[in-house]
Amino acid sequence: MELTLTPNIAAPDDFYAALLATHDGLSCAESEALNARLILILANHIGDDAVLSQALHAALPPKKRNPA
Amino acid sequence: MTSIFDTPLYAYARHADQETKTPRRHPVVIIGAGPVGLALAVDLAQKGVETLVLDDNDKVSLGSRAICFSKRTLEIADRLSFGQTLVDKGVQWNLGKVFFNDRKVYEFDLQAEDGHRRPAFINLQQYYFEIALVDRIRALQQNGAPLDLRGGSKVIDVTPKADHVTLQVDTPHGIYTLEADWLIACDGAASPVRHALGLDFVGRVFEDNFLIADVVMDADFPVERWFWFDPPFNKNQSALLHKQPDNVWRIDLQLGRDIDREAEKKPENVIPRLKAMLGDDINFQLEWVSIYTFQCRRMENFCHGRVIFAGDSAHQVSPFGARGANSGVQDADNLGWKLHAVLDGSAPEALIDSYDDERIFAAEENLKNSARSTDFITPKSHASRVFRDAVLTLAEQYSFARPLVNSGRLSLPCFYHTSPLTSPDTMSGPGRSRPGAPCPDVWLSDGYLLQYLGNHFTLLCINTAPPALGGDIDPAITILCLHTKDNPSGALQTRYLGTVPSAVYLIRPDQHITARWPDFDATAVHRAHRRALARKPKTWS
Repeated sequence: MELTLTPNIAAPDDFYAALLATHDGLSCAESEALNARLILILANHIGDDAVLSQALHAALPPKKRNPA
Repeated sequence: MTSIFDTPLYAYARHADQETKTPRRHPVVIIGAGPVGLALAVDLAQKGVETLVLDDNDKVSLGSRAICFSKRTLEIADRLSFGQTLVDKGVQWNLGKVFFNDRKVYEFDLQAEDGHRRPAFINLQQYYFEIALVDRIRALQQNGAPLDLRGGSKVIDVTPKADHVTLQVDTPHGIYTLEADWLIACDGAASPVRHALGLDFVGRVFEDNFLIADVVMDADFPVERWFWFDPPFNKNQSALLHKQPDNVWRIDLQLGRDIDREAEKKPENVIPRLKAMLGDDINFQLEWVSIYTFQCRRMENFCHGRVIFAGDSAHQVSPFGARGANSGVQDADNLGWKLHAVLDGSAPEALIDSYDDERIFAAEENLKNSARSTDFITPKSHASRVFRDAVLTLAEQYSFARPLVNSGRLSLPCFYHTSPLTSPDTMSGPGRSRPGAPCPDVWLSDGYLLQYLGNHFTLLCINTAPPALGGDIDPAITILCLHTKDNPSGALQTRYLGTVPSAVYLIRPDQHITARWPDFDATAVHRAHRRALARKPKTWS
């Protein structure tokens, strides 16, 4: 399976607002912990090794990424 | 009362080898009478190979040390006829609980499927394992086995030659010289032999200190493995509680990086830590306290001409996962039949090279798993700590996160599917019994399958048989024919056939499968047998 890197969220502004809202009132450490939990939950949902490794790579800083 | 730690089990005695003008040559000399060296000695002696074990000490090792013996180790001990002694004395456990802060987040059950003679693990102090081996050696000696165990004999020099090794042995009566066709260094992580030969031992060093304490107490904690991440009684560190026989409990407390080791070992510092963990109202006595750090490393090669390294001398792992003594015993299991075959001329010396291939592969697997456990238990970076805590938090509520919790991936036997001795898989049978796998056990109507396997090559024929029984097969191979209709549990079918109607397995003396076919084929069996002995293929085949 291929990692989706084209728009795939129906209501992007709504999702973004909801993402920020989950962090409301959290300290830096709490936000960081929430992000880590979120990554693990989403990664498990995806499950597919190939997609996950593409995602790990896509998330690297640009200069650490292999040219596409 | 004299403690077992003070009782000589193989006291030094002057030997005729010390009087000879020309050094006596032994086929196999093993240095180190720990679990690995003694297990190898028993294996060789059972096969009739003249074996000499040298150790500078004459007693069991101090403290409980290795305490978890895996199913595979017990199966090897069965093959060496001392498995029942271990199981009778050992503590069986199946349940592991994982705590984070003050909450239980997860538990796992190692309950094995039916039809296996041995449980997933027993807990047993290393010294009981060593005593069982020495008793086994004494029994073999009484039956005339050519096996000698010499205490008070410190090897101070090793000189490799083309076809043998020369040793200098220091004793209370002075130094004498010995020769060995094969020298097996089972002399532990600090291996003097490895140092004497100037060989490398590289890998990762971990800086965390762990306090290990054996306490004797009459507590009604259940017989389970309890592991704490960041508990209130040991903030930002880990802890482990595990039961051993004789009401001895193993406690491991992570202490962190920069500590005063001597101070931390003092009872006045240890006891308050243990009270914080166990509660003030529990009476206990300290039996043994030690502080350790550990490394994950291995030698680049385990075979150096006629010198072969086995156990901790060859590879060292973190203690999480019971991979030290268990992998060392599996080294011995792998080496014993190969040395025997080379010494009796049924295989070329090249067979010994496969020990390097197979056990380096196994060591890599153990190093990878134990380094990963260590990274989870002692996070090395901020990000790794954040994710570790996220996994533990999620695990309490969601099952998906539980497989990510790593408090030690408990040792499983290695599959030698990449070994040059192993033939390609030619049937679509179960993956767990593919070539390279250790044979899965099965309860048959009159015993366990593993009781019929090992110590020699076996051709296991299921729902089929060689046409003229034994006719075209090397007489060194034992034939065992079984039928699934005689196995009402169905385990023989699921573990060895899967969906295929019949199968033929060629099984090595260490109970690893080396080839399998859907049907009997004399030429294929012959070829796989030669391959498993590292013999060059004949042109006729």
